[in-house]
Amino acid sequence: MLFWQILIDGFAISSLYALGAMGFALIFGVSGVLNLSHGALMVAAVVAAWAAGNDLHVGPYVGAALGVAVGFAASLLTYFLIVRPLQHTRKIREEEKEIFILTATLLWGIMIQELIAYFYTNNAKTVAPIVEGVVSIAGVRTPANEIFTALVCWLAIGLLWLLVNRTRAGKAVLAASMNPRGVTLLGIELSQVYIAVWAIYGVLVGIAGVLLGMFLGVSSYSVGPLTASAFAIVVLGGLGSVSGALIAAYVVGYLETITAYLISPAYRTIPALLLLIAVMYVRPRGLLGRR
Amino acid sequence: MRSLSTARVLLIALGVIVVASFLPLWVTGYILGLLTIAYYFGVFAMAWDLLFGFAGEVNFGPTFLIGTGGYTAGILDSLYQPPIWICLVAGALAAVTGGVVLALPALRVRGPYFGLTTLVAVLILQNFVVVAAGLTGGEIGLTVPDVISISDTTNYEIALWFMAVSGAILFSLSRSPVGLILQASGQDAVQAGALGFNVTKHKLAAFIISAFFSGLAGALLVFYLSTASVGTLVDITVGVQIIIAAVLGGRRTILGGVLGAIFLIAMSEVLRPLGDLSNFVVFAMALIVVLLFPGGFFGLLTGTKESG
Repeated sequence: MLFWQILIDGFAISSLYALGAMGFALIFGVSGVLNLSHGALMVAAVVAAWAAGNDLHVGPYVGAALGVAVGFAASLLTYFLIVRPLQHTRKIREEEKEIFILTATLLWGIMIQELIAYFYTNNAKTVAPIVEGVVSIAGVRTPANEIFTALVCWLAIGLLWLLVNRTRAGKAVLAASMNPRGVTLLGIELSQVYIAVWAIYGVLVGIAGVLLGMFLGVSSYSVGPLTASAFAIVVLGGLGSVSGALIAAYVVGYLETITAYLISPAYRTIPALLLLIAVMYVRPRGLLGRR
Repeated sequence: MRSLSTARVLLIALGVIVVASFLPLWVTGYILGLLTIAYYFGVFAMAWDLLFGFAGEVNFGPTFLIGTGGYTAGILDSLYQPPIWICLVAGALAAVTGGVVLALPALRVRGPYFGLTTLVAVLILQNFVVVAAGLTGGEIGLTVPDVISISDTTNYEIALWFMAVSGAILFSLSRSPVGLILQASGQDAVQAGALGFNVTKHKLAAFIISAFFSGLAGALLVFYLSTASVGTLVDITVGVQIIIAAVLGGRRTILGGVLGAIFLIAMSEVLRPLGDLSNFVVFAMALIVVLLFPGGFFGLLTGTKESG
């Protein structure tokens, strides 16, 4: 009974983690940018979906679409307003740009967090779920929403895989993550690839955010932990490796669920953090890292 | 700024400090209290700049060192009430131990990987404080029975001169050959090693020195506030504010951190009428400085251009 519960709960949470971290890994793999405003973009999508349902009284589908749209717009805004100017500036030395992008996206994330707290308070917000009700799997009463979450996550991950491996634009993205210079030599504009990646990332962040809002709910305090968990998963899987992030998401998700059920919810995040430290010492480039 | 000799910069700084030490004659206790906190934050920012600006270590966890120092001193005082200086020494030593622990991964992993390790160190400390609530006071915070002084002026002078001494030591160090070697190790560890410098030894030293000042300042701050809490010592937002103060003031200047810290505290005071929006404005201004004037205040003051 407990075994099945952990299996089902862990699967749903891990799928959500995977979707959230995947976009983060994609951005790093292609452009070497660690986007520390990740959590803030996710929360922005949730709050948009929540506000649409609460203030505009639209249905859950419209609300969810609006949330994804806000995630998409916020992602492109982050790229054009923060990341791109820093990439192109001549005032900062090349090897220091990384830390400047880290600092700037961190600040940007906190600004979004403060704005959300100002207009919509710090209270936790739960988005009205698209599917309701409870189904019984192997004797475990599972909210249908949990199954829906896992399904949508895997659908999105599958679509991302198709996009990257089967379309022309996707192949350009894949090539850029392997060798940016080679791509420019083939006549593909690198900045076009970056825009495409940030657009994909925005959709993924929007979907992950809205699902999280339906599943667990978020508040503006979730910004830091969400960024940290995506960062942790991506590093554990190996920076730049999308499949590594996928595996790491399940490791972290199950580790947290097992701890929460068997020991205490208060200790939920600790084993995953210790595992991360251990991996750092033993295998600094992560599970499937190539950099 | 490079054109000014170390001795001259220290002389100018000493002049400013002496003027600042007469402030209690003119301003209210409330402003003194704000400045006291700003000075301790200045020390945090300077200690961070030594690690990041010179040794090139992306440390997201300055609060790990500060929290270790502050909580060690506070817990020791609440349990046994020894003389305060013993608590302060214990706090500084605990922070140095923390610095060595933090330095171990830094010698193996680089860049974002190390950044994450420091972030995780902060999260683990934060979890520990909450889980070991019986010892640390948990989320409510630890009440420390002793304070150094209840006089605003005395507390202000202690913070000011502590900052002055720390700043002088850190600044001289950064301008010494050791600072150059650190900078070389941060930019290209392999080449610095090939030139015959012991990169490991120097980086370890940088961590220990940074940890010492962070921990001592954290312990002093605890005895000033007579409380230790996650929100003031450990939380990631505190770490972010320290980083912002150092970047605003100007990286690789050490002294810039003090300007940044005073600016941050002053701005949040000036913008208080905006209510909850004031933080937003402060962070937006910091972002604009990062985007448009990467040299920080010190860069603006002295007109130094970052070489492109």
